[in-house]
Amino acid sequence: MDTQEEVIVYARPDSLTKTNTHYCPGCTHGVAHHLIAEVIDEMGLRERTIGVASVGCSVFAYNYMNFDFVQAPHGRAPAMATGVKRVFPDKVVLTYQGDGDLASIGMAEIVHAAARGENISVFFLNNANYGMTGGQMAPTTLPGQKTTSSPSGRDVETQGYPIRASELLATLDGASYVVRRSLHDPKNIRLAKKAIRTAFEVQLRGLGFSMVELLSTCPTNWEMTPQNSLKWLEEHMIPYYPLGDYKVNPAVAEIKG
Amino acid sequence: MPPKGRIIVSDLYCKGCELCVGACPQAVIALNPDRITAKGYHPASLFKDGCTGCGICAIVCPDAAITVYREDLRARRAIPVGA
Repeated sequence: MDTQEEVIVYARPDSLTKTNTHYCPGCTHGVAHHLIAEVIDEMGLRERTIGVASVGCSVFAYNYMNFDFVQAPHGRAPAMATGVKRVFPDKVVLTYQGDGDLASIGMAEIVHAAARGENISVFFLNNANYGMTGGQMAPTTLPGQKTTSSPSGRDVETQGYPIRASELLATLDGASYVVRRSLHDPKNIRLAKKAIRTAFEVQLRGLGFSMVELLSTCPTNWEMTPQNSLKWLEEHMIPYYPLGDYKVNPAVAEIKG
Repeated sequence: MPPKGRIIVSDLYCKGCELCVGACPQAVIALNPDRITAKGYHPASLFKDGCTGCGICAIVCPDAAITVYREDLRARRAIPVGA
């Protein structure tokens, strides 16, 4: 076929570097990366975006995203993003955090950043375990889920209940846009991209704190094939972490309309 | 007649996770056992005709390894019927 008769439907976004990621095959961290990169490309924000990387598998986001990045101590990405945004109010500041980072050690930082209504966008990858360190139990691990540190399944009597971060943050007045999306099939990936775009729109209009929680897979630590882990996410995680919009400020709803 | 498409999978990024294989609505993608990447994976590739260039493989690809092309339908419309 003559190339002149073809159109490019999809090409790797410019906001991703030409680097092979360290993520395991089939890990949906990569999907979240390319969605954020696509949105930044489409909105033309690359030269004015500053990312804050967290600790965990997501730490190397600064190697994979082709814009400025800083690295925060474990859990402190929202605190660091607060500082960056206040010093450079005209920049677009995002944090990219996993569930071990945001919902465990970083719980204080995220709650207070949301309560202050900091004008930052948080992308929260929830894969129900600590991926980088070998699949230990995280605050988001489901009841009964087996991990390397809960080998007979999470027992809620002794280990408590999983934290639903979106519902929790949605109760705070400072949060403008808090939604949960999933990355398990093409339809939900498209919805996730839309939510990521809305989160940036919220920040550009100065409407306050925005967070998109993305349900994600961890095939290696869940000990499943990538295909089966998508199915597991759909069957087990979504019932506990329902997808939806938990906080949409009326001013944000106007953007979407 | 559905539009014709094709995909190019980058050997640098593809890790052979097979998410595109499972997501392809036309079931025309498979891992290619005759190719091997520098990291030791068999990369995905088209194994038969029928790609429509819908781009779903690229949406689910965690490594953004797939470039999707589709024939330009405007060019097709420009050809008169029976020509």
